[in-house]
Amino acid sequence: MKIHEYQAKALMADRGIAVPMGRVATTVDEAVAAVRPLIEESGNPVVVVKSQIHAGGRGKGRFKEFPDVGGVNVVTEGISGGIEAAEARVRELASQMLGSTLVTIQTGEEGKQVSRLYIEQGIDIATELYLSVLLDRATSRNIVMASTEGGTEIEVVAEETPEKILKEEIDPAFGLLPFQARNIAYSLGFEGDTFKDGVRFLDALTKAAVELDTDLVEINPLVVTTDGKVMALDGKMAFDDSGLFRHPAVAELRDVSEEDAAELEAKEFDLSFIKLDGDIGCMVNGAGLAMATMDIIQTVGGEPANFLDVGGGAEKEQIAAAFKIITKDPNVKGIFVNIFGGIMRCDIIAEGVIAAVEEVGLSVPLVVRLEGTNVELGKQMLDESGLDLVSASDMKDGAQKILELTR
Amino acid sequence: MSVLIGMDTKVLVQGMGKTGRFHTEKAIAYGTNMVAAVHPSRAGQTEVFEGEADHSGVPDRADTYRVEFPIFRTVAEAVAETGANASVVYVPPPFASDAIMEAADAGVPLIVCVTEGIPVADMVKAKRYLEDKDVRLVGPNCPGVITPKECKIGIMPGYIHTPGRIGVVSRSGTLTYEAVHQLTLNGLGQTTAIGIGGDPVNGTNFVDALTAFNDDPTTEGVLMIGEIGGTAEEDAAAWITANMTKPVASFIAGTTAPAGKRMGHAGAIISGGKGTAAAKIEALEAAGVVMAPTPTDMGSAMMEAMNK
Repeated sequence: MKIHEYQAKALMADRGIAVPMGRVATTVDEAVAAVRPLIEESGNPVVVVKSQIHAGGRGKGRFKEFPDVGGVNVVTEGISGGIEAAEARVRELASQMLGSTLVTIQTGEEGKQVSRLYIEQGIDIATELYLSVLLDRATSRNIVMASTEGGTEIEVVAEETPEKILKEEIDPAFGLLPFQARNIAYSLGFEGDTFKDGVRFLDALTKAAVELDTDLVEINPLVVTTDGKVMALDGKMAFDDSGLFRHPAVAELRDVSEEDAAELEAKEFDLSFIKLDGDIGCMVNGAGLAMATMDIIQTVGGEPANFLDVGGGAEKEQIAAAFKIITKDPNVKGIFVNIFGGIMRCDIIAEGVIAAVEEVGLSVPLVVRLEGTNVELGKQMLDESGLDLVSASDMKDGAQKILELTR
Repeated sequence: MSVLIGMDTKVLVQGMGKTGRFHTEKAIAYGTNMVAAVHPSRAGQTEVFEGEADHSGVPDRADTYRVEFPIFRTVAEAVAETGANASVVYVPPPFASDAIMEAADAGVPLIVCVTEGIPVADMVKAKRYLEDKDVRLVGPNCPGVITPKECKIGIMPGYIHTPGRIGVVSRSGTLTYEAVHQLTLNGLGQTTAIGIGGDPVNGTNFVDALTAFNDDPTTEGVLMIGEIGGTAEEDAAAWITANMTKPVASFIAGTTAPAGKRMGHAGAIISGGKGTAAAKIEALEAAGVVMAPTPTDMGSAMMEAMNK
């Protein structure tokens, strides 16, 4: 689960991790109202207006409606014009940004609508660095990754200057040890009080990452301020969905408006669904088989409209729900049901498909491939139902048949 | 002959809830030697299973069976009383890693964890705990392990398997069934099929399974089914190049998967450009592995590898 930057920073602040002061705003007036207290409390006449969406690359992103406006804006009008000038500029920016569509390298061309802004105090930056905590699958341990190349995507650094990335492995029995934190602090060039501050920062951050069951904590950039403080200028946190049950307060931070409506609906029925751009809908049991079904559709020359895993123990109602979710997509020109019944019995699948078609109707071709437990019974039920469907003998046959029927 | 499990395997069950009981019944019907259950609050009770034997399983059995075994408080007690040498874990996600560690502490040499949805942090800890213990974990989030007509541990349908020459190892459940089914139809059959599971942190990996199959005199070839995410397939390719003496065929799922999305399995995600199907296929082809272009071709790719 992803959360917004302002939420991540609040979680960090709760754990003693230094972040800039900021206020979240969902209206233009709230954005303007945030300016005065931020400037007065921080003593810095600069504020920053940041779009809150679940996608990176906001700084370089641009709004569809206002191509001159970026996703993150530094407001310097307050330096010469005072608080009122800063407020006026924030009013202008907020009215353009709120409700508009931000396109970044991670959102795709369609972009994402911005419905929240985070107004932050300006920070006088001495150096920009990079820090993250994430799972290293090769060692089955979390690692802290640090680099002096702040502000750049870490994948780019890893590609071009891998020697500038330092990794420290966290032994789950001991946590990040003090000497490891010092190693990272040395490699980031911290000295004097900044060094002590940095070591404390690392300790708090890695503890937060482990205690909160995060998938990823990424601070890019991590900055040292001109007065020597280590601070998270940006903050990204994503959580392990399987660990959310023990963090109800974190689970409440979910912003469903950032998630695909069909994917959310699928989740309610315990279905795993991901929307894709093609026109052949798929309904499959098992994640690997579902992926392989998408692949085989492409191999024969088609494009899958979705990934859909109905799971190992789906009931009739879930099958019907899955069918409805697929048919709701206007791009779908045909549906391929591919089932290898193990625990999942083919007759249950047949029953679910029949029920769904009876309820929602069927306006596109349907190809069904059944194999495994109770396959004969399942096929017989489909045959006797009178449904207008085509049976396939195996996966490739099914993929070819649905392609022919949709072309 | 086979790897990991066979006629001598005595299995205890951790997590005798609805799911655990359902699959225990299927395993007993198949002929698996189930000897004990562990359930802290139901200790002292007896589990009784009666039904019709599944004749696709262990041969030469009566048409009906009646099996009963005790429920123990701890794995250690169950092992001491029954001599169980394998455990299957159906414990719900919040408690599953503890069940794995308890079985490891009791010295159970093979622990098969079927549970899906265990927090990653719990598995990181459990794996650390298992590091200096002489036990093997298979899973979590896996269908289990089966040696056809000898022993079935897990949730796979038994009847699609047939004894034979090929070791199967896979990160995906239903794709394993697909592969096994094809190997049954084309006559190659299986020595043992191991589902290593779809989680980012798991016990047995491809290299462990390949090592076991390479050392097993009855296994003549290996079919390996991978998917996007992580670098386990690339590691396997390197190991195959250096060590493997038997033919290997493979299929990798997820060529069409978009980056940054979790494709059902917690571990099936392309992140930071790493873990793509293309990179895995390239590495395996370079290691001389015969790649199945589609999942329908897994059986024939294995046949091709065997005849090379």
